[in-house]
Amino acid sequence: MSQNEITMSRRGVIAGGAVGVAASALPAEAQTPPLDQRAAPPTMPVTLKVNGSTHRLDLDTRTTLLDALREHWKLTGTKKGCDHGQCGACTVLVDGRRINSCLSLAVMHDGDSITTIEGLGKPDDLHPMQAAFIKHDGYQCGYCTPGQICSAVAVLDEIKRGVPSHVQADIATAPAVTEMEIRERMSGNICRCGAYSNIIEAMRDVAGAKA
Amino acid sequence: MKFDTPAGQNPIDQLKVVGKPTDRIDGKFKTTGTAPYAYERHDVAPDAAYGYVVGAGIAKGRIAGMDLAAAKAAPGVLTIVTADTAGTLGKGDMNTAKLLGGPAVDHYHQAIALVVAETFEQARAAAALIRVDYARGQGRFDLDEALKTAPLKGDSSGEGSSAPPVDRVGKFEQAFAAAPVQLDAVYETPDQSHAMMEPHASIARWQGDELTLWTSNQMINWGKGDVAKTLGIPKEKVRLISPYIGGGFGGKLFVRADAVLAALGARQAGRPVKVTLQRPLMINNTTHRPATRQRIRLGAGKDGKLVAIAHESGSGDLPGGGPETAVSQTKLLYAGANRLTSMRLAVLDLPEGNAMRAPGEAPGLMALEVAMDEMAEKLGMDPVQFRIINDTQVDPEKPNRKFSQRQLVECLRLGADKFGWAQRSATPRAKRDGAWLVGMGVASGFRNNITMKSGARVGIDRKGQVTVATDMTDIGTGSYTIIAQTAAEMMGVPLDKVTVLLGDSSFPTAAGSGGQWGANSSTAGVYAACMKLREAVAQKLGFNSNDVSFADGKVRSGNRSVPLAQAAGTSGLSAEDSIEFGDLAKKEQQSTFAGHFVEVGVHAYTGEIRIRRMLAVCAAGRILNPKSARSQVIGAMTMGVGAALMEELAVDKRFGFFVNHDLASYEVPVHADIPHQEVIFLDEVDPMSSPMKAKGVGELGLCGVGAAIANAVYNASGVRVREYPVTLDKVIAGSAMIA
Repeated sequence: MSQNEITMSRRGVIAGGAVGVAASALPAEAQTPPLDQRAAPPTMPVTLKVNGSTHRLDLDTRTTLLDALREHWKLTGTKKGCDHGQCGACTVLVDGRRINSCLSLAVMHDGDSITTIEGLGKPDDLHPMQAAFIKHDGYQCGYCTPGQICSAVAVLDEIKRGVPSHVQADIATAPAVTEMEIRERMSGNICRCGAYSNIIEAMRDVAGAKA
Repeated sequence: MKFDTPAGQNPIDQLKVVGKPTDRIDGKFKTTGTAPYAYERHDVAPDAAYGYVVGAGIAKGRIAGMDLAAAKAAPGVLTIVTADTAGTLGKGDMNTAKLLGGPAVDHYHQAIALVVAETFEQARAAAALIRVDYARGQGRFDLDEALKTAPLKGDSSGEGSSAPPVDRVGKFEQAFAAAPVQLDAVYETPDQSHAMMEPHASIARWQGDELTLWTSNQMINWGKGDVAKTLGIPKEKVRLISPYIGGGFGGKLFVRADAVLAALGARQAGRPVKVTLQRPLMINNTTHRPATRQRIRLGAGKDGKLVAIAHESGSGDLPGGGPETAVSQTKLLYAGANRLTSMRLAVLDLPEGNAMRAPGEAPGLMALEVAMDEMAEKLGMDPVQFRIINDTQVDPEKPNRKFSQRQLVECLRLGADKFGWAQRSATPRAKRDGAWLVGMGVASGFRNNITMKSGARVGIDRKGQVTVATDMTDIGTGSYTIIAQTAAEMMGVPLDKVTVLLGDSSFPTAAGSGGQWGANSSTAGVYAACMKLREAVAQKLGFNSNDVSFADGKVRSGNRSVPLAQAAGTSGLSAEDSIEFGDLAKKEQQSTFAGHFVEVGVHAYTGEIRIRRMLAVCAAGRILNPKSARSQVIGAMTMGVGAALMEELAVDKRFGFFVNHDLASYEVPVHADIPHQEVIFLDEVDPMSSPMKAKGVGELGLCGVGAAIANAVYNASGVRVREYPVTLDKVIAGSAMIA
């Protein structure tokens, strides 16, 4: 989808919606100003490179990166579990590092490169981590799964890069891909279905295959 | 198809596809973010406006006035739904509290308004501009206080857990008084929240007087009925679509405010509206597992045989609600001639109590199985052995009614062997690993098997592709996969030749996902439809339907063999049927059993508790897919860790709400809390349950886990905690008393 298509369709929707309401709901409420006479929310242009393709959008500055992806880019693979940075379902990779996209405004990421679950692999062209989650049944309802997988990919990379963690006995030495190390680093991603034991096996499988 | 005689040999017994640990067929969608959940349907409602829910700021009272002017005039606001604009609403059969409050407020965070705007940000900002003037009323929020005068109340959870107000067998009081060894203890379980990862969410679209809801709901047919009843429209005018559900655990058994408000908002706005319950609203707005106070008395001879068992429970709920049926399993789990159970229900003005995974048994076993541990210690018996000698093969209340299958003893014996139970010291605080005190605990797991009428339609197209359509749901349980396995087995095709369509009320009505009945009942419904389809195929080919086999994509009879695709012909063939269960479940008691084993470490100086190992041995009929069934069980064990060690909704008794109403403050287990988990399924087929000979495991996996953990903590630390969750402050306080 090109940038113009996205911009046009969104504006078209808003304009169409406003007309529909002015005609139907408002006459009974004379004190309420018509929709098109109210202050428009402040917007800013944001350019994101999402899963390899670059798009520019004018976004309400209050829009989180998560809602920009889900509602504007229509990439709904990234999930909204809590909207408060408590569950990890919204984890995406920003320039290769994982963040909770609900805790970050889209305008803070102008020019950034974002990888979402859709960018890691596709149903018929799975990323090794996605394939390992299927093999080890590292999910059930599937709602935390994109966040778990994005985190899992980033965690193995963090261990490889020597990023220290809370459970390392000696943070001056390189961390190893141990179960403890993985569990600690994955603990920001809640799975209420309780697939943790299987997720660890999926990650160890991928880490072993890489080694 | 009527199922009223025990299942004989049937095509499922071939086990070419059923019973195999197949990867989930929906896995490639869930792992790539391409499985669409309720709020994500840009494809069906590209012009959906956004709804934001306003929850009541008081627990009990009235709305004296609502100032909506600023919100109505805010940028992007299309309409606001309140009780004033909604007109008269009915109340669904399944929910206790109204889903849209006002002017009366029945509980904290009851929805009182929906702000609909062009964007989510606008709806949220406008919602904050609504000013509500409340007249706060007197509410009842203290369970212990309310139970002092609460009446006896019997009930059924509707999920296989039930008990009358008082149930007596023999003469409990006399037998207990005379018993050489006695235990009399009180246990407390707190209010708990489902906390599924996907918040309740719905998109509503009206076309004329017909409503379509893309929603996240476990029970499509119940939901369809309750939406119609709430809105006061005919059931035929409502369609629910719910192909993917981001967890439910009972919290999505019923229609919630998101669905009703989306429908009302869409009607007022004149266009589709989507609503998700904001996470901080969910815990008080929706349902929860009610807290319990349970008194258990056990009397035994010196030989360890129970002669007297009493289990009395009290819980609370809103007016018109029901009790947590925590005593139910005690009617069936152990032998003993003199028995008493009772339940009391207090009226509280806290949010609605209702079903959460294994209602009744989950909190009931958290108490009973600790009591059994305490009693074993009093008797000087090994807790595994104590349970084994009190096993019963018949319903203890009706001794001529046997269990269809009951392998509790085998679960305990095998579990003890595999877990290294012999290494456990009977004396607490006897094992140490550095600064950690190490202990083991055991508990029995028990949950009834429920069968529910379930329908499906199965078709074959001219390419030989088999399609199953049913309104059954997959809430992470693996329904897609086991239904595909069932159809593949029945029609003699490989798994990739089966397409499964779920969660649409325009499909035949299925059992839905609840009470661990989903797997057995829904696949049995598919079995019934497949049998009908096989007959249609045989008839079309002129084959004798008694002598026909479906295998390798071919239909065979005698020397004749026809490819299934050819048999279906250019127009294809389809059949619809449902499984209806007779009274087999009355003749013999159908239940599922487990032995749960846990090893914990308790830090000698801080009281910190860490789970070191977990094992569940389950006997639950035929296991249709050992991979997804195992995941159900480890997931339930994980929820059991939460129940034992951390989950507790803190009640503000002054203002009447759950204080910790988000995922930061309502703590559930995370990766770091859960070790590698082991599950063993015993070989079992239960011809009494259905043609599938299967039973449920999704709730069994949770039943007893909490007690096994509490017992392990006792074995490690010597501290017996009877008020869940077992947290380190309670362990430290108990340790101080030991020292």
